[in-house]
Amino acid sequence: MAFFMTINGKRVEANEGEMVLAVARRAGIPIPTLCHHEAVEPFGSCRLCMVEVTKPAWKGWKGLMTACLYPCAPDLVIETDSERVHQVRRNVLDLLLARCPDADVIQKLASQYGVQQSSFMQREKPDKCILCGLCVRVCETAATSAISTVQRGHGREIGTPWGGPPPDCIGCLACAHVCPTGHIQFEESGSVRKIWGREFELQRCEKTGKPLPITKDQAAFLAKRQTMNPSYLSTSADANRKQTAETLGRIARWNKLGMQQEVK
Amino acid sequence: MDTHLRYDSVEAFRSHVASLFESPEAKKRRVLVCCGTGCMAGGAKQVVEAMHEQLQAIDPAKKAELNLVMKRTGCHGFCEKGPLVVLMPQGLFYKNVKPKDVEAIVQESILGDGVIERLLYVEPSTGKPVHKYGDIEFYAKQTRVAMRNIGLIDPANLDDYLLRGGYAALVKALTTMTPEDVMKEVADSKLRGRGGGGFDAGRKWRSCKSAPGDERFLICNGDEGDPGAFMDRSIMEGDPHGVLEGMILGGFALECKQGYIYVRQEYPLAVENLQRALRDARARGLLGDNILGSGFSFDIEVARGGGAFVCGESSALMRSVEGKVGEPRAKYVHATDKGLWDKPTVLNNVETWVCVPRIIEHGSAWFTAMGTERSKGTKAFALTGRVKNTGLVEVEMGTSLRDIIFGAGGGMLSDGPRGKFKAVQTGGPSGGCLPEDMLDLAVDFDTLTKAGSMMGSGGMIVMDHSTCMVDVARYFLSFLVDESCGKCVPCREGLFQMMHIVSRICEGKGTLEDLDRIEDLATAVELGSLCALGKSGPNPVRSTLRYFRHEYEAHILEKKCPAGVCKALITYGIDHDKCDGCGACLRACASSAISGTIKKGETFQIDLLQCDRCGACETVCKRGAISAS
Repeated sequence: MAFFMTINGKRVEANEGEMVLAVARRAGIPIPTLCHHEAVEPFGSCRLCMVEVTKPAWKGWKGLMTACLYPCAPDLVIETDSERVHQVRRNVLDLLLARCPDADVIQKLASQYGVQQSSFMQREKPDKCILCGLCVRVCETAATSAISTVQRGHGREIGTPWGGPPPDCIGCLACAHVCPTGHIQFEESGSVRKIWGREFELQRCEKTGKPLPITKDQAAFLAKRQTMNPSYLSTSADANRKQTAETLGRIARWNKLGMQQEVK
Repeated sequence: MDTHLRYDSVEAFRSHVASLFESPEAKKRRVLVCCGTGCMAGGAKQVVEAMHEQLQAIDPAKKAELNLVMKRTGCHGFCEKGPLVVLMPQGLFYKNVKPKDVEAIVQESILGDGVIERLLYVEPSTGKPVHKYGDIEFYAKQTRVAMRNIGLIDPANLDDYLLRGGYAALVKALTTMTPEDVMKEVADSKLRGRGGGGFDAGRKWRSCKSAPGDERFLICNGDEGDPGAFMDRSIMEGDPHGVLEGMILGGFALECKQGYIYVRQEYPLAVENLQRALRDARARGLLGDNILGSGFSFDIEVARGGGAFVCGESSALMRSVEGKVGEPRAKYVHATDKGLWDKPTVLNNVETWVCVPRIIEHGSAWFTAMGTERSKGTKAFALTGRVKNTGLVEVEMGTSLRDIIFGAGGGMLSDGPRGKFKAVQTGGPSGGCLPEDMLDLAVDFDTLTKAGSMMGSGGMIVMDHSTCMVDVARYFLSFLVDESCGKCVPCREGLFQMMHIVSRICEGKGTLEDLDRIEDLATAVELGSLCALGKSGPNPVRSTLRYFRHEYEAHILEKKCPAGVCKALITYGIDHDKCDGCGACLRACASSAISGTIKKGETFQIDLLQCDRCGACETVCKRGAISAS
């Protein structure tokens, strides 16, 4: 069911169940985020997407909310650039800059909010990890939960079981691809890919013998998870297209069926 | 206790309780030995053993005549004076009892009518010994609702609880009330959550019940993590059935089937007593399927925490019960709609649940007769710090800080200018420090919040002039930095940086700009953090800056710590007129910073370069010749 809300004075349409961030972005209103990615559930850890929400239903009650997690409701009035919003974003970016002074993304965002240099104490051995948790969440959603956050508070970090090479990792690079600051590094040479202290052999095309951009572990995992024919993941030939179409069709039919059941 | 007994109906329950009141058990003279965690640490176990031995040795005929029974009770809340032995019905109260005192107690006070003067509690205000439990000001100034059974019953004995009117509220609800009536009674009592937030319990229950879905959960939050606060532990240890009865009533009102009690890892005795209570209640038909033959079923499970402060936050607690990492999540969708396993859930803390049976039993009007306009009933505080009586104090809402600290608390611990009251910290690490001119504040949820502190779970730390407020702020910040889960940036990074700035001020390296920086950052952390831990994290700094700004300025501008606490800013000196050359300081100094000859009439020198400001010399000097400045 669609309804209307106001963002920065602009009337926008929203649907039941949508979050403020999605609606704002659709309306072309920018809201900065670091821990958000469409592929995973919203998390609310970077606190950059804070917006000021006024609820007319609650006698004009006003509060700062994270846009990525705040569900839309009829007649909400939202300010994405108020003074209080900026105070939070400025401080958050200042803090992140002290943590990761070398991360380009942070430098750029911070300067947008008037922070050229952090006013806080810099970390002794800074890296580029801002602990947004995207890598962990994408690994949980799309792969094998091979990595996790470890410790708590200021000692929190992204880690692997007992700090060693993660046994469940399939080398899919999903973590590296979603990392907003480029902290997660990997190497690829010939048919070998290195990430998280492990080496993965790349799948080769059965017909041409050339390395494919997918590891053997990943192929096995995907074959199991997506009920695809393993041969699809070991060739790059056009012959596979027909089979892919069939598989996707089956998934689509299943999805539709599932949705109908939910509607009932 | 009869283990085969099971009440199939309300009538069976009533007739058994009636027979209990008629039984010799009810008329026995009781020797109550406190076996709370505090007294156990003080040697209560040995006292119990000695008492058992002594009672065994009494001539059987005499014993039958005396009709004696010894009970191991929960915490009396006066741990500082433990182990405690109370003789009932005369109410004789003995403190600091050692196993060697037991024989005298049995011979003089149990077999005879004598009183052992040296074991009596001496009232600090009058200097006179007090004989009776109820006459001790620490207890006389209290109104016990949540803690009414603790110390008087054996928590391992269900019959003891029944003899105190236990499960009468449940029977009342099952026989004369509908779930809606129970709901209304709790709503009318205006009971507010005792865990910190002070949210209206009736409203919470109502919104959970009206949430879509048939399956609902109840949770009792026993993850009491504030340093120094232990009222919930005492309740779980000392009156476990009270908690269960409250939850069963909640289950009845909300028409739900399952409840969980989340107990922090550090409370093994609470877990043990709760588990036993659950077993006993189930065996008697007071819990589980078809309670008292009424057709209503409800069960409770104990879930244990893993030792994280943040798991006391409701959403983190629910993740922990689910077996996931205990991290908070946004509460834009309330737990009453999507809580444990995304089902509607009511979470209240131990002290809140234990109030429910009392409200149902006595009616909401009885409860609302106590307290202030918007905070009804009583609140238990864990009074600690520089007061004479430390322990658990339950008073009516609206009692002034002065009445708590100088009434039940017995006043300040030390005399002299340094022993004078300076501040009271309420609400645990996320609370704030209130100065002397706030002493007449009538304590309730709203007044404390307005004053820049909070009720929290009821921690209350009294400080005198030997406490440095900047150091206090630094301490609480370091606690929160350790305990932050680290999920969101403002709490993880912000509190850490704030602690760094405050530490710098403690070292005399701060600037006035730092204070502005702290204020700006504090606002951002309050507004920007994900959960209440971060949102209230800046409170200790905020409130000390608000009321004790001059101390911060002294550290920054004069490079002085007025309380003589911050090591970088103090120097120790010897008053040569007072020093008698005893040499105690010389022996106490671990860094060999003191030199001189031990001889009457001689005096000593402190080498300030060697001195590491540990203060050992000051502590050992009997003549008070050494002081920090």
